[in-house]
Amino acid sequence: MAIEVRIPTILRSYTGGAKSVQGSGSTLDELLSNLDAEHGGLRDRLVDGENLRRFVNVYLNDEDVRFLGGLKTPVSDGDTVTVLPAVAGGAS
Amino acid sequence: MLTISRDLRAKIIEHARQDHPDEACGVIAGPAGSDRPVRFIPMQNAERSPTFYRFDSLEQLKVWREMDDRDEEPVVIYHSHTATEAYPSRTDISYAQEPQAHYVLVSTRDESETEFRSYRIVDGEVTEEPVTFTE
Repeated sequence: MAIEVRIPTILRSYTGGAKSVQGSGSTLDELLSNLDAEHGGLRDRLVDGENLRRFVNVYLNDEDVRFLGGLKTPVSDGDTVTVLPAVAGGAS
Repeated sequence: MLTISRDLRAKIIEHARQDHPDEACGVIAGPAGSDRPVRFIPMQNAERSPTFYRFDSLEQLKVWREMDDRDEEPVVIYHSHTATEAYPSRTDISYAQEPQAHYVLVSTRDESETEFRSYRIVDGEVTEEPVTFTE
C-alpha cells in the first residue's frame, strides 16, 4: 500500500531532506503514526494530543482535511497527502 | 539582504493601500534556490481583518502546487500592518515557517508614507535585513 505524503521545507529535516515520502494506513491518524516510525518526531509537528495542529494545513488530494474528518479522514492507496505550514500573522 | 525591483515594491504597496484598513498579504515567487523575487502573487486575506491575516488554505495549496510545477519557491512573503509599525509581531514570528523566505512588512498607518522593511525569521529569531531596489 502506498500513500504519497508531500513534506514542506521546514519538516524535511525529519525525512533526510526528502520532499515526498511514502506511508500506509487507513486513516490520516494511522498514516502519520506509520510515517513517524521511520521519521521520528514528524507526527508531533503535525498533531497535538488528539487534533491536528492549528498552524499546519493537511490536504487529502485537493481537499483540506479540516473539512473531511481531521485525523479520522480515511485514506487509501494512490492518495496524495500534502502538508503545508499555514501562512498567517497579525498586528500583535 | 533582499534584492527586489522597484516595480514589485510598488505592487506590494499598492496592494496594501487597496486593502487598508484590512491587512493585505501575498507571496513573490522566484526560481528555486535563486533568492530572486520575480512573480507577484497577491493572496486573499481569509481573515479580512485589520489585525490578522491568513492565507486561505485551498488558495495556498493551488499557489504552492503551481510554484512546485514551475520549480519556484516563495522568496518573499509579505503582509501589511495597518495601524502599527512594519515590524514582525509575536504572532508573525510564531507563524513564520518558511525559513528561506524574506518576510516583508509594510505599514499603512500613515496616509502619505508607507514603511517597507524586510526580515529573516528563522527558529523564532527575527533579523532585519537591508533592502536593495533594482530597476
